Amino acid sequence: MEYEIKPAGRFSLNLGELWEYRELIFFFTWRDIKVKYKQTFFGAAWAVFQPLLLMVVFTVFFARNFTIDIGDVPYPVFVFSGLLLWNVFANGLSNAGNSMVANANIIKKIYFPRLIIPISSILSAMVDFVISMVVYFCILFFYGLQNAIPSILLVLPLSLLITLCTVMGAGSFLAALNVKYRDFRYVIPFLIQILMFMTPIIYPVNTPDMEWVRTLLLLNPITGAIDLIRSALMGVPVNTMAVVIGSISSLVWLAIGIAYFRKTEYYFADLA
Amino acid sequence: MKPILQIENISKRFRISHELQPYLNFRDRLIQLFRRSSTTSEEFWALNKISFTVEAGESIGIIGKNGAGKSTLLKILSKITPPTSGRIISRGRIASLLEVGTGFHPELTGRENIFLNGSILGMKRTEIQQKFDEIVDFSGVEKFLDTPLKHYSSGMQLRLAFAVAAFLEPEVLIIDEVLAVGDAEFQKKCMGKMDEVSKSGRTILFVSHNMNAVNSLCTRCIYLSKGKIVEIGKTEDIINQYLKGDNDQTNQRNFTTLEKTIGDESAVLLDARIVNSEMETIDYLSIDKISGIEYSFEIKKSGMNPVPNIHLYTNKGECAFVSNVDPKGKFSSPGKYKAVMWIPPHLLNAGTYSAGLALSTLNPTSVHFYEQDALIFDVIEDVNKRATEYKQNIPGVVRPLLEWKL
Repeated sequence: MEYEIKPAGRFSLNLGELWEYRELIFFFTWRDIKVKYKQTFFGAAWAVFQPLLLMVVFTVFFARNFTIDIGDVPYPVFVFSGLLLWNVFANGLSNAGNSMVANANIIKKIYFPRLIIPISSILSAMVDFVISMVVYFCILFFYGLQNAIPSILLVLPLSLLITLCTVMGAGSFLAALNVKYRDFRYVIPFLIQILMFMTPIIYPVNTPDMEWVRTLLLLNPITGAIDLIRSALMGVPVNTMAVVIGSISSLVWLAIGIAYFRKTEYYFADLA
Repeated sequence: MKPILQIENISKRFRISHELQPYLNFRDRLIQLFRRSSTTSEEFWALNKISFTVEAGESIGIIGKNGAGKSTLLKILSKITPPTSGRIISRGRIASLLEVGTGFHPELTGRENIFLNGSILGMKRTEIQQKFDEIVDFSGVEKFLDTPLKHYSSGMQLRLAFAVAAFLEPEVLIIDEVLAVGDAEFQKKCMGKMDEVSKSGRTILFVSHNMNAVNSLCTRCIYLSKGKIVEIGKTEDIINQYLKGDNDQTNQRNFTTLEKTIGDESAVLLDARIVNSEMETIDYLSIDKISGIEYSFEIKKSGMNPVPNIHLYTNKGECAFVSNVDPKGKFSSPGKYKAVMWIPPHLLNAGTYSAGLALSTLNPTSVHFYEQDALIFDVIEDVNKRATEYKQNIPGVVRPLLEWKL
């Protein structure tokens, strides 16, 4: 085995190395999951409470006061199917964005492909997703909508993939920026709040009156991902436009985020 | 066979931006304005064209003062930071131990931390499982394996951390000063383990301030100063050169050339040195020879009866002893005086010491001067002159020759 250590060179993705370190990805993910609910009274039950509470809050405030056209689907189910993927995005983005700074002491002392850190911080957010998926199916049974489950499971992989690509791209981008400019620690929660209202979670995609707002919504990859699940839920045809645009823009995010991360990662140890 | 590591012209530049330095005040800024270069960032070469090769199975020590570039070199070798120019060709798996317990998490149990830390250090999961019992055994914390790490004492955490690291099996092991911590017994255990590792044919790069450790572990040594290699050679020769070397003359000092005088209106410190029995200035103390600490001062008032006193500290900051003497009216008229304190042979252990020089008047107490770290020197021991076969580091501040009855 022979290799060279050189000055920071050209961009390379080096997925092979990432594969070699797959066990470390597992261990970091496992650590984050283990640590997350340590010394909490309710433990992992928080993963159930959080989306449920949000669902109740939105139902109380929006379903009664506004007339939102969502067909026959009860509003709580409608909101929850949006929150499902939104939480993957929001938790993943917040975890990943802060991950490099949180692990600075490790980065300064040992080498491994740096991308492992945002990847495993996003994977650890997936546990909450699995739990809330179970809650979601319980809700569907409660409302007698269990017939929609097979078609939801059918579209789930694609919508999850779109979400994960987006959060991986945006998350590693923010993580890299955060190493250099700690301002982003304060930007991230703010950004997530804003994005929440720019994503059709509490309202359907076609709600905004203005054409350009609707177009903007479509550029948000999460829109397409949520739309996939909701079409399966309501049994209406998929908004192909939303899904295609969402897929493309999620890939663009992924490319930008990882390219920037790879380009700057050489100096993380000097800056962190 | 080709060398396992080829380091070719490695340089590392850091840019120090003055804007980021809070302690650079406005006055400094103004001075900068009038200097020829108006740049606010300064370049600093932490390493400057370092080249050397390491053969497989060698143990190499890297010594030098703080800021010489040792840690930067290790960081480049461990791929943590890239060099600015140059290249390194490596023909083996490198594992680095720049710190013990990297990634330890206080909320996780000892067992969980073994796996996490092992994995961060580059071990495979199956490898950790195989060695798990040995690791636990070596660490001596088996009773607390399922207790969160935050309830461990710092000593236990350290033992656990070193135990994991001790079972790494890379071709090249890079170690930075990890032995500077822990109690003497544990340090001995670590040194024994490292000796074992180096004898098993693995290559070791070892940075330490502990010359005894470097001496017992390494065959060859690199002496770094200000980012450059001063000398590469046999450990003994290099250590001697380092100890004598361009160390800012801490064995002999003149305090009158400093910006401010050390002392008050009654007495000031002039100079100091360490001497042998012939009153010649020496570079270091030999453990088996008498040596003296001499300092001279000027008394400016008459009728004083000040007491010379010397405070000796180890390099860990423990006070070894304080000694003073009754002046018996010797300093009652103004003038320049000398005082020598003799340290008998077989009093101090091998190691680095610093002497604080003072002059004070009692009743009422007033300190005319107290210069901390006025002299810094090593006590050197030739291990071959020891009475027994034991050649390892012997802990302790003092090393008296005591009478035994058998």
